[in-house]
Amino acid sequence: MSEKGHAQSGVRFGMVIDLDKCSGCGACSVACQAENNISFRPDESEKLRSITWMEIYQLTNGKDYPDFRQAFLPRPCMHCDSPHHSPCTFVCPVNATTRDENNGIVTHIYPRCIGCRYCMVACPYHARDFNWWDPSWPKPMESMLSPEVSTRMRGVVEKCTFCHHRMLKARSKAYVDGSDPNKATYTTACADACPTKAITFGNLQDEKSEVAKLSKDPRAFRILAKLQTEPKVYYLSKQDWIKKLSDNALK
Amino acid sequence: MDKALIPEGLKRCPLPIFALWVLILVGVVGWGVVAGGAVLLKALNLTGLNDYFGFGAYITADLAIIALGAGAFFSGFLYYGLSRFIPALKELGKIINLAVIVGFVCYTGALAVLLLEIGQPLRGWFGYWHANVHSMLTEVIFCISCYAIVLVIEYVPIVLENRKLNEVKGLRVFGHSLHDVMAIFALTGTFLSFFHQGSLGGVAGVLFARPFAYRTGLFIWPWTFFLFILSAIASGPAFTAIICRMLEKVSNKKLVDRSVYDLIGKIEGILLGGYMVLKIADTAYWAFVLSPRFGLSLFDYYWGPYGIWLLIAEIGICGVLPAVILLSPRGRSSNFLLFGAFLLDIIGVSINRFVMTIQAIAAPVMPFDKWQIYVPTMYEVAPIVAMLAYCVLIISLSYRYLPLFPREKELNRA
Repeated sequence: MSEKGHAQSGVRFGMVIDLDKCSGCGACSVACQAENNISFRPDESEKLRSITWMEIYQLTNGKDYPDFRQAFLPRPCMHCDSPHHSPCTFVCPVNATTRDENNGIVTHIYPRCIGCRYCMVACPYHARDFNWWDPSWPKPMESMLSPEVSTRMRGVVEKCTFCHHRMLKARSKAYVDGSDPNKATYTTACADACPTKAITFGNLQDEKSEVAKLSKDPRAFRILAKLQTEPKVYYLSKQDWIKKLSDNALK
Repeated sequence: MDKALIPEGLKRCPLPIFALWVLILVGVVGWGVVAGGAVLLKALNLTGLNDYFGFGAYITADLAIIALGAGAFFSGFLYYGLSRFIPALKELGKIINLAVIVGFVCYTGALAVLLLEIGQPLRGWFGYWHANVHSMLTEVIFCISCYAIVLVIEYVPIVLENRKLNEVKGLRVFGHSLHDVMAIFALTGTFLSFFHQGSLGGVAGVLFARPFAYRTGLFIWPWTFFLFILSAIASGPAFTAIICRMLEKVSNKKLVDRSVYDLIGKIEGILLGGYMVLKIADTAYWAFVLSPRFGLSLFDYYWGPYGIWLLIAEIGICGVLPAVILLSPRGRSSNFLLFGAFLLDIIGVSINRFVMTIQAIAAPVMPFDKWQIYVPTMYEVAPIVAMLAYCVLIISLSYRYLPLFPREKELNRA
């Protein structure tokens, strides 16, 4: 039992995103889209119905030129580590979404999801998307879908999995190599794709890991920390106005 | 045939007029069924829901109609359970059949709309098979279906009292036997419905990352659990009374003694008054203690169409005001004030269900989030209107062909 009140292993995957390095190019979001077989529609202008696991928010300091400042905030699922349950997991009536206490990843079982959307309502980060339509891809793209990630059907919720399939692959490789699968590390598609290396991914429990060190950086903060959702996604910035936008209590 | 089915000694409107009325209602139900069928076939993209508003009109209507249907279980609890200790409550026997039917139509109607609400309706049964005991929605699923079954059992003996059915010996005996054990079902229904109303409140109250909805509470139950129970019993019987009054106006007959309305007024006044005290305390704690912990103030929760007027309307105009009217003997003695207070009471509880469902998720949580406005489409409005038409249809048929009001003959003898 951890200090957070739930059984926990030595692995807690998390992410650190350096907002001072992020240029808002969207490569992370596109990589995520391709890696995880996220469907899209011919017209994606209706943003409240489009599926984007890695959403990029544009932040501004609200001032006029020459004091105007802007930043981009990529927002994956926070894989909240709040005691006992994440905000979304304990509300699911059919146990379709759960947190794997072996690694802290919040997963979603699509064939079990009944599409009640209670988890979406429970998530303050809007990290969950609903499949409002049957998934579809333009003609040649269907044959390019990744066989490692299942596609989702109409009427179910989906979300960022911290590229869970890559973790399974890393564990299998470790097993074959004769090393401890529980110590296997991997990286996510978004972190791989980031041209400025703004995204760092790894085991937050491993003090030697880059992600653990960065999460303790004085520039580190989390979004809505006051809600005690204990997100495992940390942000870095030395700009106070960005930090102030992370929590209502700091406004 | 129609005349043979009408309870003996009671007058009902001519068949062509009733047939036209039924035809209109069936038309409205058909409109809703077509719209609902389209949602089932073409998916929820036909609705106004989106990733920001996971819950919308379907859930709000369900919560409101289930709260208003609480007259069935609570009147049953008072009549079958408490009247042996408090004889004055026996007066409710004059309206109990209607209360059961109102509860029956509200719950079955809500169940039908609930089916449209889920993205994978064919997996609806997963709620029983893969039940998550930590989820308030699981409690809702179990209690709503169990209580709907209890309401069917409670409705059957009323149907069997139909003149023609009553002539069949087997059915008569069966109906009377059910009557004998009705107290058990009424109390089972009370138990289930208490939990059901409460768990609907819990659905919002447990959302600890949604400051608008989140409440602290007792053990696993947030305060909204208890407030939803109290608000349901403080408005359900008032809804039954209003329907009874509407039946009286439409049929131009007296159906129950004035004393029944007076008693319901007194009961609702006490419950609504108590509810208002607790609701105001809860709101004050939420606004001035809980929200500041999350860095929010009361006015962060209200904006544009979701303005502070909702709070004033819910607690002031549709809460405190009807409670004061119902608690005063002078208020209860005037039909205008009594039924006006009942109406405000049911509007108030409906606003509460709207606020705890839609406004709770309209309010942004992340500081860089923006308010969104939810607008339901015809595909949401039509099934809801159809559900109401279904309720009216069943009540109309029941009133015409079943002896719902034991005092109707006497009261209309002149």
